[in-house]
Amino acid sequence: MLRAELAHLFGRRRVQALLVILALVPIGVVVAIRLSGGPGGGDGPAFLGQITNNGVFAALAALTITLPIFLPLAVAIVAGDAIAGEASLGTLRYLLVRPAGRSRLLGVKALAVVAFCVAAPFVVAAAGLIVGSVLFPVGRVTTLSGDTLSIASGAIRIAGAAGLVGVSLLGLAAIGLFASTLTDIPIGAIAATLGVVILAGVLGTIPQVSAIHPWLLTNGWLSYGDLLRSHVTWTAITRNVALQAGYVLVFGAAAWARLTTRDVLA
Amino acid sequence: MTTIEAERAVVPSEPFGGGSAIRTTELTKRFGDVAVVDRLNLEVPAGSVFGFLGPNGSGKTTTIRMLLGLIAPSEGEVQLLGRTMPGRAAEALPRVGALVEGPAFYPWLSGRQNLERIDAAGPEGDAATRRTRIELALERVGLTAAGKKKYKAYSLGMRQRLGLASALLRRRELLILDEPTNGMDPQGTREIRNLIRELAADGTTVFLSSHLLAEIEQVCTHVAVMSLGRLLSQGSLAALQSDATPVMRVDTVDVELALGVVGARGLSGRHDDRSVSAELGGQAPEDLCRLLVEAGVRVTGFAVERPSLEDVFVSLTGEGFDVAR
Ligand SMILES: Nc1ncnc2c1ncn2[C@@H]1O[C@H](COP(=O)(O)OP(=O)(O)O)[C@@H](O)[C@H]1O
Ligand SMILES: [Mg+2]
Repeated sequence: MLRAELAHLFGRRRVQALLVILALVPIGVVVAIRLSGGPGGGDGPAFLGQITNNGVFAALAALTITLPIFLPLAVAIVAGDAIAGEASLGTLRYLLVRPAGRSRLLGVKALAVVAFCVAAPFVVAAAGLIVGSVLFPVGRVTTLSGDTLSIASGAIRIAGAAGLVGVSLLGLAAIGLFASTLTDIPIGAIAATLGVVILAGVLGTIPQVSAIHPWLLTNGWLSYGDLLRSHVTWTAITRNVALQAGYVLVFGAAAWARLTTRDVLA
Repeated sequence: MTTIEAERAVVPSEPFGGGSAIRTTELTKRFGDVAVVDRLNLEVPAGSVFGFLGPNGSGKTTTIRMLLGLIAPSEGEVQLLGRTMPGRAAEALPRVGALVEGPAFYPWLSGRQNLERIDAAGPEGDAATRRTRIELALERVGLTAAGKKKYKAYSLGMRQRLGLASALLRRRELLILDEPTNGMDPQGTREIRNLIRELAADGTTVFLSSHLLAEIEQVCTHVAVMSLGRLLSQGSLAALQSDATPVMRVDTVDVELALGVVGARGLSGRHDDRSVSAELGGQAPEDLCRLLVEAGVRVTGFAVERPSLEDVFVSLTGEGFDVAR
């Protein structure tokens, strides 16, 4: 059933369009930098400045650019639609009567959403890498501390960064899945999920609530940057992974409790 | 044995509770304060074609949702093929095919792709035989040609047919069909009736809801009549029909006189300006006729009529075919 669900999800025009848009965002930015002849100084997103020297950095810049809005938007759409979309079509009742099993259905849906969370940043990074290496000179990756890495080691770290971005999206995905079990209207679940990201982002900028900052969903989202130090520091990364796991556990359990007990009337 | 037959042969046939395919005990569903289904005791014999009748809004779909474990009863119990629902849904549901509150599929997929997805989503849907089973099901409901069309291009009748095809993808012991002929033309309705006859002849129990008696009267062996969430009557079609008491009608110009005679025998007569009618309630029509004539009633016509099943249905539900709530 998982394979069928994955084929169903990634076969949808809407999901394919999301991935194309995610790829186009970094491509557009990198092309714009190329056309304008440089990043223009100032303090733009991390890694953007290095693109002109080394196109490989475009992969990392692509992640940085899409992480605040585009990636969460895509994940919210996919996760928020997972159950509510089936409910709004009425197909949820037929899946349950089949019987797909409520827990099993949720599990399969969750795994498909996870697959999207992982695929999306890889698409973004790959698009960045490709357009970056076409438009700019390519060389060994220089770490934030100034050393250079072998090509292989650089590639692994970039892939690792994409993977960590994927992990960072899992907490949000769990919230989206939970929201998706609450309603028969997918756009409601999607909006609610986006609301959570925006709220976390806003709270993160308010010093008066700094006490809760470490627990915010978005708090460790940029920790993947630590992978690009010559001696990788793992504290922030580990903390973020643990925090995301916490969100997944809490909201995954809530989604399960909800879906296994709710009346399916749609 | 072909693979398809092999697939059919594995249907478990563990005996279930007292020969009932469906049994509900005091089944109740409340939305807020309203008991939409009110202490329902249904008994659907295995092998029957069971007509579940009631006007729109009488609680048929809500009952079916509880039978299938989609919603939890407020009170009472459901036994589906001898398994308590929703607790043992995983055992009962693979042997049940269902159409609930109209068909629902993915508009962007073709009919065939939709059937593939639903078949892959649960147990006992052998992937090796899937293609063949889908083609057979499409053929049975007359959709072979439209199978590659996108679902969003289907008419309501075609959508119902696809819903039926989905219920027929594997051999089932019980089919629960909620208003399966909704939106179909007379030709389609006839085809569905024939399909139901075939399935019943194969030994499948069919539980069929409808608000139109005429549509299912011809295929059912048993009937239950719902109104406002209550079960008014259930039993074999023949029993329901014979329960209905015959009515006598006398055509006469002496309406007042005739009413008096009928009233003196303890019957409550209804009248218009040239006839009087009354439920016989066990009295012999020939005696009444004699009394009328002896009393000087000028009789121009006398008839005893057994009400049609439709009249029974309307008299049971009161509101007839109006939306009840
Ligand atoms: N989710 C719900 N909330 C409140 N009332 C409902 C809900 N679903 C159905 N009803 C009410 O229950 C009654 C029975 O509905 P239903 O079972 O669909 O009837 P039928 O299938 O016989 O036409 C109707 O009056 C309907 O308005
Ligand atoms: Mg209904």
